[in-house]
Amino acid sequence: MMRSTMSQGAGPLAGPPMLVMRGVTKSFGPVTALRSGTITLEQGSIHALIGENGAGKSTMVKIIAGLYQRDGGVLELRGEPVDFSGTAAAKAAGIAVIYQEPTLFPDLTVAENIFMGRQPRGRLLRIDRRAMGREARALFERLGVRIDPGRRARGISIADQQVIEIAKAISADARVLVMDEPTAALSGTEVERLFAVARALRDEGRAILFISHRFDEIFSLCDTVTVMRDGAYVSTSPVAGTTVDELVRAMVGREVSDLFPKEEAEIGETLLRVTGLTRAGVFDDVSFEVRTGEIVGLGGLVGAGRSEVARALFGVDRYDSGAVQLGGSPIPPASPEAAMRAGIGFVPEDRRHQGLVMGMGVSGNVTLALRRRLARFGILTRAAEHAVAQQWAARLDVRTAALDTDVATLSGGNQQKVVLAKWLARSPRLLVVDEPTRGIDVGTKAEVHRIITRLAAQGVGILMISSELPELLGMSDRVVVMHEGHVTAVLDRAQATPESVMRAATGQVAA
Amino acid sequence: MTHALARMTRTVLTARETAIVLAVLLVIVATTVKNPLFVFSPDGTRDLLLAPSLLVLLAIGQTVVLVTRNVDLSVGSVMGLSAYLTGRLFIDAPHLPTIAVMALGVLLGCLLGLVNGALVALAKVPALVITLGTLYAYRGFNVLWTGSDRINSSDMPHGFLELGTGRLLGVPYLALLAAVVLVVVAWFLSNARSGRQLYAIGSAPDAAELYGLPTTRRVLTAFLLGGALAGLAGVLYAARYGTVSSQAGSGYELEAIGAAVIGGVAIFGGSGTVWGAACGAVLLVTINRALPVLGVQEFWQQAVVGALIIGAIVLDRVLATRQTRRLTVMGDDER
Repeated sequence: MMRSTMSQGAGPLAGPPMLVMRGVTKSFGPVTALRSGTITLEQGSIHALIGENGAGKSTMVKIIAGLYQRDGGVLELRGEPVDFSGTAAAKAAGIAVIYQEPTLFPDLTVAENIFMGRQPRGRLLRIDRRAMGREARALFERLGVRIDPGRRARGISIADQQVIEIAKAISADARVLVMDEPTAALSGTEVERLFAVARALRDEGRAILFISHRFDEIFSLCDTVTVMRDGAYVSTSPVAGTTVDELVRAMVGREVSDLFPKEEAEIGETLLRVTGLTRAGVFDDVSFEVRTGEIVGLGGLVGAGRSEVARALFGVDRYDSGAVQLGGSPIPPASPEAAMRAGIGFVPEDRRHQGLVMGMGVSGNVTLALRRRLARFGILTRAAEHAVAQQWAARLDVRTAALDTDVATLSGGNQQKVVLAKWLARSPRLLVVDEPTRGIDVGTKAEVHRIITRLAAQGVGILMISSELPELLGMSDRVVVMHEGHVTAVLDRAQATPESVMRAATGQVAA
Repeated sequence: MTHALARMTRTVLTARETAIVLAVLLVIVATTVKNPLFVFSPDGTRDLLLAPSLLVLLAIGQTVVLVTRNVDLSVGSVMGLSAYLTGRLFIDAPHLPTIAVMALGVLLGCLLGLVNGALVALAKVPALVITLGTLYAYRGFNVLWTGSDRINSSDMPHGFLELGTGRLLGVPYLALLAAVVLVVVAWFLSNARSGRQLYAIGSAPDAAELYGLPTTRRVLTAFLLGGALAGLAGVLYAARYGTVSSQAGSGYELEAIGAAVIGGVAIFGGSGTVWGAACGAVLLVTINRALPVLGVQEFWQQAVVGALIIGAIVLDRVLATRQTRRLTVMGDDER
């Protein structure tokens, strides 16, 4: 269905596999994170590792990285059994891991970040800064990017940070590169640049392990794909011989008939009206409407200003001019409190930092936006909180050991359900959701989609920002596309195709 | 060539050290106008360099710890213990050569620093808590050991006391020693691989762990070095003042942190130089000596020091925000 037409490269080279993991197990106390981690990375291959959250992928990565030590099973590097006592040992063996979260030292220069601990030295073991800068420049030239090696790492874009991580790996002559969801925060052109680099490294005979939730990327970049489920190995197959449906089936262990269960909703009156919203340098003259029962998708590339518009209409950020109305009455600017009172709910992009209070329990988070209503004479009882939280946790099927469990320990999907529950408990008239399923596994993703559609069916207006085209097209009644701060297209469900949205998102409005 | 020169000029002009040196000169000039004896007396010129020497040593040690995103609140207590040990050894072991006594004093500092470092790096308890504990524990041990006893200058050999006040070509020995330590530690921090790792660890501890840097060992080393310098400062304290009571060195820990912060050392690690910290120490001590001469009341003297520290932190914050914005914009332009 999403089979790529791009070449799959030369395919794996002959010779012993670079890295083999067989039946590796890992437990933390009574919790088994990995029951049988199995994968074979060939030289000159880009191998995708997929699975729902909690499938054991990140545990496998951390064992390969030397961060965790395995309890049992086999780990071999070029046919030799290995045991890594720590990250330093794995690195010395030629393994480099590019984590989802950037791991640069912000106060040090780019060159120092690349060569930390391996800086070229001159007389008296003195670090030779000139040689270091030269080598860094040579690396960047090879990777085809322009980054000043002498600048500090602070404030560098995520895309460039990833390039720096790759430069780090190459300079250490890593033979195995693990990339953990490297594209999660990248825009289209940045992804293409990253892929070009990955292909070049593959052609040099390195082995790359690529973890992603995005099937289109797997099909365009990887040659082999391994699926994990519930901490155990499921299957390995050549990418050319499989389909998205097959992979999804293997990941969830059941048939997912339809990823986007769109329910028919009755679309009514105009609920939200945004007119001429402008913030200098961020977005300009943005106007659109959301009607009751309607799901409006806000599409565009990362950096188009979509989240900024959402934050402005919810009152988190201020705007220079324009107006926001809900149900005919104006929403004052720069006041989330007023927006909430008017009946707007906002599920932010970064749920760990903006959506949840880490260290607080599930029930505390669910009732966060409801405290004033729940409190009696200003006193909030645990029983009242629990009663509400219980009800919503059950309705949204939040899987947690107890209502007091720290939300930080929940999986991404369950965390998102907690954020949704927080707003649903207030019965909003309009719900703004920013990247509602980012980093969430396939099974839970479908549940989140179902929750959103059901809300629309009950007459709630939904404004959904999504960078995933299938989600945007599958869920929305209408798609508003933004490009560099401007609305470039408003497309009905029938008109919205991957091509029409991408054209508008890249600023090439239908000729 | 001219480009390089222009760049260097700009670096020098915008450096924190330059601003502090100018501030020190301003203070000296203003005070001397009011009372010429501040500089123009035999003791005046000597004290300009002698007075800040001990704090410079402590500020250097504190900086090494601060760049790793830790802090050592116990340096004043370490200094006191090592000063008392020095005097005690001169009394109880009169046959021990002076140099050996001094070495033992420094060694005690190393040991106490190592205890701090081990508790912080191995037990993974925040340094603020650990060293607040050892600040009191070390001082308590000092009081227990010293009691109401006091070491007097008559207990110590003349040659040793000479070290505390004597001069070589007009420069006090203490200032020379501090300068040597400054150059060596500065070289280590900016040119040695392990020195750069201290900055990396302080800049992003989690990243350092993932990167496989020997975090535990480096943090331990930083505390060891901080302790050693506090020990050295303690030995020199005994030589300089000639009397050591159980309260010797108390309060120095906060001055050392203040000096480092004024000198541009980030309290959350990752940046700052010992040059800056040393300049900060000189400014702090010089102002403290100048204010009474200028007739400023005691309360305002403390307030001025406080304002200086807060001003330095606010300045850092403003500069950091501006720089981040500039760097981010630069990054965008590249794309």
